[in-house]
Amino acid sequence: MAETLIIIQATSGELSKSDLAAAGFGREAAVASGGAFDILLLGSSAAALSAEAAGLGAGTVFTMNSSELEVYTAEAFAAAAAAFLSGHPYRLAAAATSSATKEYFPRLAALVDAPMASDVLKVESVDSQKVVLTRAVFVGNLLATVELEAPQALVTCRSSEFAPPARGGEVSTVEAVEAPAGLASPGKAFVGMEAASSDRPDLKEADIIVSVGRGTRGPDEGIPLCEKLADVLGAALGATRAVVDAGWLANEFQIGQTGKIVAPEVYVAIGLSGSIQHLAGMRNSKTIIAINKDPEAPIFEVADLGLVADLFDAVPELTAALESRGG
Amino acid sequence: MKACCSREPEVKLLVTLKRTPQRDARIRISPEGAALDLENVQFEVNPFDELAVEEALRIKEARGEVEVVVVSVGAEECEQQLVSAMAMGADRAVRVHHEGEFDSLQIARALAAVVEREEPDLVLSGKLAVDDECGQVPAMLAGLLGWPQASQASDIKLSEDASGATVVCEVDAGLETVSLSLPAVIMADLRLNEPRYASLPGIMKAKKKPIATLGIEELGDLGSVRSRVTGFRALEDKPPGAKVGSVDELVQALEEKKLI
Repeated sequence: MAETLIIIQATSGELSKSDLAAAGFGREAAVASGGAFDILLLGSSAAALSAEAAGLGAGTVFTMNSSELEVYTAEAFAAAAAAFLSGHPYRLAAAATSSATKEYFPRLAALVDAPMASDVLKVESVDSQKVVLTRAVFVGNLLATVELEAPQALVTCRSSEFAPPARGGEVSTVEAVEAPAGLASPGKAFVGMEAASSDRPDLKEADIIVSVGRGTRGPDEGIPLCEKLADVLGAALGATRAVVDAGWLANEFQIGQTGKIVAPEVYVAIGLSGSIQHLAGMRNSKTIIAINKDPEAPIFEVADLGLVADLFDAVPELTAALESRGG
Repeated sequence: MKACCSREPEVKLLVTLKRTPQRDARIRISPEGAALDLENVQFEVNPFDELAVEEALRIKEARGEVEVVVVSVGAEECEQQLVSAMAMGADRAVRVHHEGEFDSLQIARALAAVVEREEPDLVLSGKLAVDDECGQVPAMLAGLLGWPQASQASDIKLSEDASGATVVCEVDAGLETVSLSLPAVIMADLRLNEPRYASLPGIMKAKKKPIATLGIEELGDLGSVRSRVTGFRALEDKPPGAKVGSVDELVQALEEKKLI
């Protein structure tokens, strides 16, 4: 049996970049332990996603679904994963950090009595005694080495830090496992979801992000200019906490310590000063471009390319220049 | 929820809180890199836990017969933070005395033992502690208790009879609404409220409010330390980037880097 299990929430139609990164973590952990990794797909799309998941280098892809896993709840997903782990004693069980795993993985840790490390950046070593990992603390300003010393350990991993495994290797065995009955908590019910509709890419999937700060002065002033730039670049739109607090954009656009943590190829920061909380969410982007009229703004300390300018002039000019050269 | 006799509050809220370094404190690593140098650092109530305290106080103000109990696990100095929460308006405090290493699951077990004694209708907590950023304890507590949980809450409404709560959660895809039956654990996110400052009378009153201390030996088997931080290191400095003078130069630089 493999030592590492990657758990993927299979409640939507396709594997996300984060799911692929989790498989990348699985491969790194497998290399570190000198073993292999398996995948557990949990939810109504488990069977549909199993063919794609079988191409990620895992030994076995397990699928588990029941009516109680069709809609995600922390209670049902933690119970399902706990039931699976009780019959399959993996050394390490991991998932990509998401709003779901932030809440159901610690619950799972309590159910299976395993120590856990959150939002891990790197696997240092895995042996029969210890799992050693690196993670960020204090708003991403320090790196900490964490040792988990137990027969079984749990990890959530930061998807921006793990490359998807190469495809085209041996195809995994797919095995459906039965979900135990009574997974859902009688005390919890999903009521509804409100999401901003957009044709732009998802923040966690995007190669380019155009991110807006308070300097844009809101949806009636600078934000539409930045949206136009995002569309020319095929970029996702992101925002600082201040922009979301002001109600200019919805919470799912927030990048930072407590919002989404991203590391796209290109991050274009517009009219945002770069608080440490915001930097914690984007500082590992490959190339950071900053446009801000304040030359002292901290965003320039992490920017690869900085332009001190009024965004109300520079953004339309940049958009026009990119449009004229065909993107 | 409970039968309402003359003194018994109708609803009891338990708020867990952690003592953390002040949010703008500069944290240095000890010379050997094994620990943090917290010598001259000021501490405060973890900002996310402060949101949980505030929410409990708002529930109390809206409903009347509500008791707000704050609890923390730590050495004597974390009583400063319990007093801060009582200065905001919490009624009393419980401190589980512990010095030295403790991992998230041990803290969650200690809190579960406090919950069994206090029998609150609802546990409120911050979604994350700003120092270690693990965000594990409240969901572990919910798991240990077998209670439903809601995380990243930006709105909490208790039903009139306090048998349930409707919670709006800030999730990756947007705003998710869930309903919970109580007792439950709810974790506060940034936009849940704006915590009040303690008033001067509040600060005076807090000095007289009780802090009960529990020894960990009173709380049953909390398990051993199985997750530990063995070292710290600073981020590598990023080399300074280039400034460009105009949009044209920016486009040229992007072309040179083959980014467009």
